[in-house]
Amino acid sequence: MDSDIVMVDDKGKRVDGREANDLRPMKIEAGVLPNADGSAYLEIGKNKVLAAVYGPRECHPRHLQDPTKAIVQCKYNMQSYSVSDRKRPGPDRRSAEISKIISEALESVILTELFPRASIDVYIEIMQANAGTRCAGLTAASVALADAGMPMRDLVPSVAVGKADGKLLLDLNKEEDNFGEADLPLAIIPKTDEVVLLQMDGHMTKEEFDSAMKTGVAACHEIYEMQKDALRRRYSVGEEEEVEE
Amino acid sequence: MENTNAKPKREVVVPGDLLDDKELRPGSGTYVQDGKLYSSLLGVKSIRSNYVNVIPLSGRYLPQTADTVVGKIIDIGPSNWLVDINAPYPAPLHVNEVPWRVEFGDTARFLNVGDVIMAKILMMDETNKIQVTMNESGMRKLQGGHVIQVSYSKVPRVIGKGGSMIQMIKNMTDCRVFVGQNGMIWIEGELDNILVASKAIEMIDEEAQASNLTDRVKEYLERNAPAEGQ
Repeated sequence: MDSDIVMVDDKGKRVDGREANDLRPMKIEAGVLPNADGSAYLEIGKNKVLAAVYGPRECHPRHLQDPTKAIVQCKYNMQSYSVSDRKRPGPDRRSAEISKIISEALESVILTELFPRASIDVYIEIMQANAGTRCAGLTAASVALADAGMPMRDLVPSVAVGKADGKLLLDLNKEEDNFGEADLPLAIIPKTDEVVLLQMDGHMTKEEFDSAMKTGVAACHEIYEMQKDALRRRYSVGEEEEVEE
Repeated sequence: MENTNAKPKREVVVPGDLLDDKELRPGSGTYVQDGKLYSSLLGVKSIRSNYVNVIPLSGRYLPQTADTVVGKIIDIGPSNWLVDINAPYPAPLHVNEVPWRVEFGDTARFLNVGDVIMAKILMMDETNKIQVTMNESGMRKLQGGHVIQVSYSKVPRVIGKGGSMIQMIKNMTDCRVFVGQNGMIWIEGELDNILVASKAIEMIDEEAQASNLTDRVKEYLERNAPAEGQ
């Protein structure tokens, strides 16, 4: 796409001053909603995301129950004030798609066969959007699941790699996403580097794709450490006291 | 066994953390992948006689047969009641499992929606179908009182060693207290005393990891408990 915005300047700096392989500043907090079984709040750059987990609980409607395992029902929702032009509230095609892929990504790590017939409900609310909300939502949701005491194989970190000005850039922001050439959100299970979510919009050559995957996976491991840190922090207060006495 | 009697060191683990890669055996809250042992829960790692367990810090109560629980009636059928025991599944209480003789369709005369009962888990089968019973000594309808909810994993702390913690709360607040294994706690007494007791239990729920918990709860109760306690 032609525009006079310079995505990457001669020094290799991006529009928000990051290097090509830098993540936006990230903050995760677990256990922010007392009424949910588990919850997490996440900020990455200008994205603000809240995730809440309920369950495992009885599955309604009944016909959705699976007698062999629990089902994971995720609802991704963007608040009408989350973008600069007011978004018409309510479910749409985009949010239905994102809900589905996030459910499937989470289902692959949760030990669902421990809770036959039950439902695990995950609600992701996008309070402020600035590109990469599905990744932010999934990252937050997996922290919320762990906070809810859900038995799971691992956490799921997620990040997007994109292309703008012909260069591969990690964790695109709004401008880079809008005027760039490609966007590749991915999520992995860090222990095995199994890919549980992968989408692409735009074009990349095979070489670019391979290299994008490599930087994406490396960034996921970085996010994984922050997820673990957020969970440990939630329960660290009592521990420190014990060490002192 | 000698070394396992030492106070186990506490380590908070998150899902996916490596617990052990050789001789130890997998306990609850763990899973094995490629011969290595990982945590499946957010919890505290504990090693007991060659088994690694992860004690959860949060989560839903999963019933165990013969657990004593506190439950709330949420629905009535012609020959059964549905009890909310904070499990992932509804827990039916059949008329055959209550200490009264109940005519078909006459269930509401004995227990109504909103009533609180003490019950025992009769069984929980491999498909996680639950049944509760009141046909055991001590099981009964709990008249009046308040019900509060703590995480089921904190129940042992609320009860304390040999019941020391709960006994202290009972004595100092002059309340009657029943603690269900599911984390539901029923308290009865003077309104002010109930508030003090539930505040103390909330404190235990929040600070369950701290070691001098009993002293701090005692101090709190001494400051706030009614005069005749002490």
